[in-house]
Amino acid sequence: MSTASVPLPAWINYGLIPLLNLILAFLFSGLVVWAIGESPFEALQLLLIGALGRGEGIGFTLFYTTSFIFTGLSVAVAIHAGLFNIGSEGQAYLGGLGAALVALAMDHYVPWYVTMPFAVIGAALFGAACAAIPAWLQAKRGSHIVITTIMFNFIVSSLMNYMLVRLLIVPGKMAPETRTFLPGGQLPKLDWLIAMFGGKIGAAPLNFSFLIALIMCFLVWVLIWRTKLGYEMRTLGISPTAASYAGIRYSRIVMITMLISGGLAGMMALNPVMGASARLQIEFVGGAGFVGIAVSLMGRNHPAGIILSALLFGILYQGGAELSFDMPGITRDMIVVIQGMVILFAGALEYMLRPSIVRLYQQLTGK
Amino acid sequence: MSLDSPKEPAIELVGIDKKFGTVHANKNINLTVAKGSIHGIIGENGAGKSTLMSILYGFYHADHGEIRISGKPVTIRDSQAAIAAGIGMVHQHFMLVENFTVLENVMLGAEGGQLLAKGVASARKELKRLEDDYGLEVDPDAVIEELPVGSQQRVEILKALYRGADILILDEPTGVLTPPEADHLFKVLRVLRDQGKTIILITHKLREIMAITDTVSVMRRGEMVATRKTAETTVEELAELMVGRRVLLRVEKGAANPGAVLMSVRNLTVKDSRGVTMVDDVSFDVRAGEIVGIAGVAGNGQSELLEAIAGIRKPSSGEILIHGKSVAGVDPAGLRDLGLAHIPEDRHHMGLVLKFEEYENSVLGYHRDAKYGRGPLLDLEAMRKDAEEKIGKYDIRPPNPRLRTANFSGGNQQKIVVAREIERDPKMLIIGQPTRGVDIGAIEFIHKRIIEMRDAGKAVLLVSVELDEIRSLSDRILVMFAGKIVGEKSGEAGEQTLGLMMAGIAA
Ligand SMILES: Nc1ncnc2c1ncn2[C@@H]1O[C@H](COP(=O)(O)OP(=O)(O)OP(=O)(O)O)[C@@H](O)[C@H]1O
Ligand SMILES: [Mg+2]
Repeated sequence: MSTASVPLPAWINYGLIPLLNLILAFLFSGLVVWAIGESPFEALQLLLIGALGRGEGIGFTLFYTTSFIFTGLSVAVAIHAGLFNIGSEGQAYLGGLGAALVALAMDHYVPWYVTMPFAVIGAALFGAACAAIPAWLQAKRGSHIVITTIMFNFIVSSLMNYMLVRLLIVPGKMAPETRTFLPGGQLPKLDWLIAMFGGKIGAAPLNFSFLIALIMCFLVWVLIWRTKLGYEMRTLGISPTAASYAGIRYSRIVMITMLISGGLAGMMALNPVMGASARLQIEFVGGAGFVGIAVSLMGRNHPAGIILSALLFGILYQGGAELSFDMPGITRDMIVVIQGMVILFAGALEYMLRPSIVRLYQQLTGK
Repeated sequence: MSLDSPKEPAIELVGIDKKFGTVHANKNINLTVAKGSIHGIIGENGAGKSTLMSILYGFYHADHGEIRISGKPVTIRDSQAAIAAGIGMVHQHFMLVENFTVLENVMLGAEGGQLLAKGVASARKELKRLEDDYGLEVDPDAVIEELPVGSQQRVEILKALYRGADILILDEPTGVLTPPEADHLFKVLRVLRDQGKTIILITHKLREIMAITDTVSVMRRGEMVATRKTAETTVEELAELMVGRRVLLRVEKGAANPGAVLMSVRNLTVKDSRGVTMVDDVSFDVRAGEIVGIAGVAGNGQSELLEAIAGIRKPSSGEILIHGKSVAGVDPAGLRDLGLAHIPEDRHHMGLVLKFEEYENSVLGYHRDAKYGRGPLLDLEAMRKDAEEKIGKYDIRPPNPRLRTANFSGGNQQKIVVAREIERDPKMLIIGQPTRGVDIGAIEFIHKRIIEMRDAGKAVLLVSVELDEIRSLSDRILVMFAGKIVGEKSGEAGEQTLGLMMAGIAA
């Protein structure tokens, strides 16, 4: 048994190791901050206060968290079936079109809670549609899903450019965006949630889609661990030969999994499009699809872990924005470096610490 | 264990103890292995043999106890330390880089310096010397994936010797070998011993123990219960020591009572993934209430035949009929619905998902059943209860449906598969290597179940490379050679006759 397969107690696996990874990431980020002549402690303090200090900051943090939960779930569902979906970015982008079309069509006539279910379905359908062709190519033609989903990110980007600049733009306006949705096409702010903890939401865009994201976490958990479909996905993900022995059809599972994955990514659009800006804007996804990969990895592809790691990235996003505002020496790019460190240590270097921890654990427990 | 051995011990294990949670895998084990001897270790599935060897090789760490090599106490932290102490291990699942050559594999991790070229030349010389000294012929420039299993195993041995191993551990090395390959391996092992190497051999085949070992130790339920000089013991005594009761080494079965044809194969041709014809125009029937055995040296098309019948591999021509109807295009799930159960040859890649918990595997292939949950949902309670019943009935150890399947011993993993397929009460059963890696007590048990299936009027098709197994179970024997059925014999056919047919010499 190499150290990678030595069983460790859950509190080490899911608690200690991620925590140490995180501390390492902050340590190295601190070094970088120190190297450019700022105080790392002050920076950390500013970051945390910016993200969690006031009701408005928390509102922003949870707003980002919401988007990352959706894209994290999207990546995780695919990974359970052994598929690496790099296309959540594009799927979310196209999902925005679905949500916007529903909102534009209904906001004149009905209140938001009538529009919402249709918008959820619209966003999911458009996201799923974006994943459908790569899925089909993988299932039937064996074209690698990583390559095709990346290609679709570009295709969707061009398509959305065209749609917004040529078709959806408000005549006579310069900005490539749709008209602003009426309240019937907007998701309400969760000011009461922040108020419950005695804060004020202020300008923060935290909205109803946060609750949708939490519901999706539960549904994904049920799907993966409590349904026959999830069982088939996991079998295929771990052992394709065992799946074929068990009569689990490869192309069927690949298709269904990718449609669900794309649908989840598509729903991410509800948050910025209907929750925050109340219109469809160009490039609104802003990299959340790619962050989803790190979120899923760090959350061990489990919904509970995804909530936690999405929250962490939410803190980094919001706190980082405040930090670059307060500390002139630290630019937006520096924040990206810090986020990169977290991704590096939490995701990619997960196996760096493990062997030594295993050895230490064996020594301490006398095994 | 004070056998008066004239030679100094190569290995002494003193008071080795190891627990995995509640499973006490090794209980205060003492073992002395004499230098320059072949020492066999036998024991039931889950007795703790592999665990003990993993401790010696540094995969696991003992909770208590001491390891001494040539009299000196050593701490073996990992496999590098084991190699440094002169211990080499030949794994049951080979650890070779498939698309590297023999030479590259042997050198891997022992390149000696940053520049490859110099190392390659000296490695080639050293490899040549090892091959000559020990009769281990393999072409140094052959690519691993193109070599037969027997040669791959020789590469594993060469790898260990190249790293200076004086002690060689082989864990069930013959499970995957054809009889001639096994003979060759034993020849090599004898040469190694005569040159002063010490060998520990784990096997379930008592015949092999009698043929090649000098001393044999028996483990039962984590304990070392006996050590005997091979010359002074018998197969019967060993079997009894292992299981703790008398074992039937040959199953008893009454005459067959064949009924209607349930399963037929007509002019079936199957190609492998490279397009090579593996099954060549094969036809036969299997009737209700009979066991048809397919004998043959591994690699003569039996695996592909089974996979085609199970719906996993598409035949390139010909037909498979069940109840007289063609099942072309029916997938494994559809075939299960028609009453066909399949115990696959390769439990690690097909029969089980090793990362799943035991109870999840005990429904693999039948997970859509209403029994395991209504509609789209799984009923975990029902699955676990069902798994517990099978665990009890088949004496699967440890009796814990929540344990990861990879943590069961090899033989117990096999029982998980056998229990799943037989307990479905199918109409037809196709079986590949039902007792590979299974201990004699469990073999007796599995064989009895198979015969019960026959007596209950099921059609059974059995593929095995163990001629003994084919002969003791089958009512009719078909011999397969180079993809063709070269002859049919009754269940009473002699070993000699079958052996010649399997070699393609006589029909
Ligand atoms: N990593 C592990 N975690 C938990 N239990 C384990 C682990 N490895 C082995 N065991 C348990 O320890 C016991 C001994 O297993 P071991 O593999 O040593 O048996 P074995 O004698 O080699 O059997 P077989 O002949 O079937 O290969 C078994 O009950 C097994 O389930
Ligand atoms: Mg073993």
